[in-house]
Amino acid sequence: MEKNEDVTLMTETYQEMFKRVKDKGEGVFIPFMVAGDPDFETSLEIIKKMVEGGADALEIGFPFSDPVADGQTVQSADLRALNAGMTTDKCFEFIRRIREFTEIPIGLLVYYNLIYQRGINKFYEDALKSGVNGVLAADLPPEEAEESVKAARKHGIDPIFLAAQTTSNERLKQIAEMCSGFLYVVSVMGVTGARSEVKTSSVELVERMRSHTDLPLCVGFGISKPEHVAEVIKAGADGAIIGSALINIVEENLKDKTVLLDKVKEACAELKNATRIQG
Amino acid sequence: MIESGKFGKYGGVFVPELIIPALEELEKAFLKYKDDEKFNEELQYYLKEFAGRPTALYYAKNLSEKLGCKIYLKREDMLHTGAHKINNTLGQGLLAKYMGKTRLIAETGAGQHGIATAVVGANFKIPVEVYMGSEDVERQKLNVFRMEISGAKVLPVHSGSKTLKDAINEAFRDWITNIETTHYLIGTTMGPHPYPTMVKHFQSVIGQEARKQILEKEGKLPDAAIACVGGGSNAMGLFSGFLDDEEVDLIGVEGGGEGVETDKTGATLCKGTEGVLHGSLSYVLQNQDGQIKEASSVSAGLDYPGVGPEHAYLHTSGRAKYVAVTNEEALRGFELLSKYEGIIPALESSHAVAYAEKYAKMPENKGKTIIVNLSGRGDKDMFLVAKEMGEEL
Repeated sequence: MEKNEDVTLMTETYQEMFKRVKDKGEGVFIPFMVAGDPDFETSLEIIKKMVEGGADALEIGFPFSDPVADGQTVQSADLRALNAGMTTDKCFEFIRRIREFTEIPIGLLVYYNLIYQRGINKFYEDALKSGVNGVLAADLPPEEAEESVKAARKHGIDPIFLAAQTTSNERLKQIAEMCSGFLYVVSVMGVTGARSEVKTSSVELVERMRSHTDLPLCVGFGISKPEHVAEVIKAGADGAIIGSALINIVEENLKDKTVLLDKVKEACAELKNATRIQG
Repeated sequence: MIESGKFGKYGGVFVPELIIPALEELEKAFLKYKDDEKFNEELQYYLKEFAGRPTALYYAKNLSEKLGCKIYLKREDMLHTGAHKINNTLGQGLLAKYMGKTRLIAETGAGQHGIATAVVGANFKIPVEVYMGSEDVERQKLNVFRMEISGAKVLPVHSGSKTLKDAINEAFRDWITNIETTHYLIGTTMGPHPYPTMVKHFQSVIGQEARKQILEKEGKLPDAAIACVGGGSNAMGLFSGFLDDEEVDLIGVEGGGEGVETDKTGATLCKGTEGVLHGSLSYVLQNQDGQIKEASSVSAGLDYPGVGPEHAYLHTSGRAKYVAVTNEEALRGFELLSKYEGIIPALESSHAVAYAEKYAKMPENKGKTIIVNLSGRGDKDMFLVAKEMGEEL
């Protein structure tokens, strides 16, 4: 346990990371991957490649049997991971193993039942011990989040929230008060999944959110290409989160691990590169 | 949200942020129209003329003689489309119309809710799309056809366990994507607030009628009210008429599947634990980590690993009692009612009938008055039952 706590101390906070990246004149690139997809060890190697490819932070999904906010791609990844034997214990072990090779911020994307079953306080305690910086529960709106936010704060973990086009300015204020680390801006009306273009409405969305909060804004859902990343960064977002497009690479290359890892690293490098737009 | 939607600690709004504004809009509309004279007049008209309310409270003489109790059947099976589901789909369909929604989506297990939504959509001229697990599409071919003939589009769901739970996941995804135009017509007392409260409201007509009818026939309240529980809408409807009458035993009968001691069961309250699924905190069948298990019951309508949050509340507060009946026992209930009364119950309702027999046979219950909610008719299950009995149709 002590060793883990030492690891936690070495991690970079979201605040430090956003400042570091901004000082370089770049946007933040956050890849998403489901812990244990397609299996524990391969998944860990994938994360390593993401870091080598230039990830500024990581978003790690704990697999859930019924992920209603996610599309087909993430659901398939969840099922692959669960079938490969992932449990919440193993997910935390997974984070600890990531901490052996990187200090960049790690955020969890979970469904609330996983937190609830473990015991809210214990979940955040374990998250801290394994080296997690932030937790976003996809199906936990501010209405139900009081206890979780309290537990998160107690353990020095940033509670991260979603904000969407449908979120009114009034709600946005409420969400921003509970949220720290960054605000996860949902760019589309829909579930996660790669889409061919970024809608102009997401540009307007970033602008609207920017006028209501000082939190770093990271745009996700539907972002799949370097052009999309460049576009949302140009629109004023601090970062972009890419999941399904990367998971597609995993799914398409399950038979050849070397190719899989090379392609993930290459894709991440391209996506990171797209954040380096000259203002 | 205006109200918290909590029953004790159960219920709530555990949904992705994108859904919240739609729930707010729905709650507002529901609170406004549930007491609106014009809305209620229109709803009453449809309930009476289209659905066939009020339904009878039928004294099952033969069964009563056999079991040594007074057994009354609340005949929701006599409604248009053959089940209580129409009460709720008419209510929500009308609400959707008042809200200006141009598309209805629904999920269905056995098909009863899908059909009830399809006919309401046809009648109200609102296009309907119904998500249905591909395994249920196979099991309930006749009902798929009935939905399609009313103009609804049936969308088979191939993910996960390919049953009701996964159909609900897909319906939620659809709703997240099309939230401005679409009303998600949830068929039972589950889901995020305001659904459990709203569905109970539209189903409470069962309990109101039953209460009045039993007082007319017996001059007193029943000793017990028994109903099957999948998501829990017909049970909530019946129970709502007697919730404040502590002397009335409220008994919910879950799909025990192959037995609550096995892994093949749908008995969420009897075997499950507290958890969050599909928008509310209630009881769910899950593993230690909170991964949702697949439910199992001979009846597709009871094959759901969750249950409405108000039932979780009634369970933990002790106001209602929840029991499980196995597939085998349910089939016996099916035969019993068919043979003694000439009424063929849905397999869901057969669970309630089977437990009524058990209840009546307990020495302390001799001579008691029991209302059994006959939530639906058994036509849809004939092929399945015949197969179980070794017959080929």
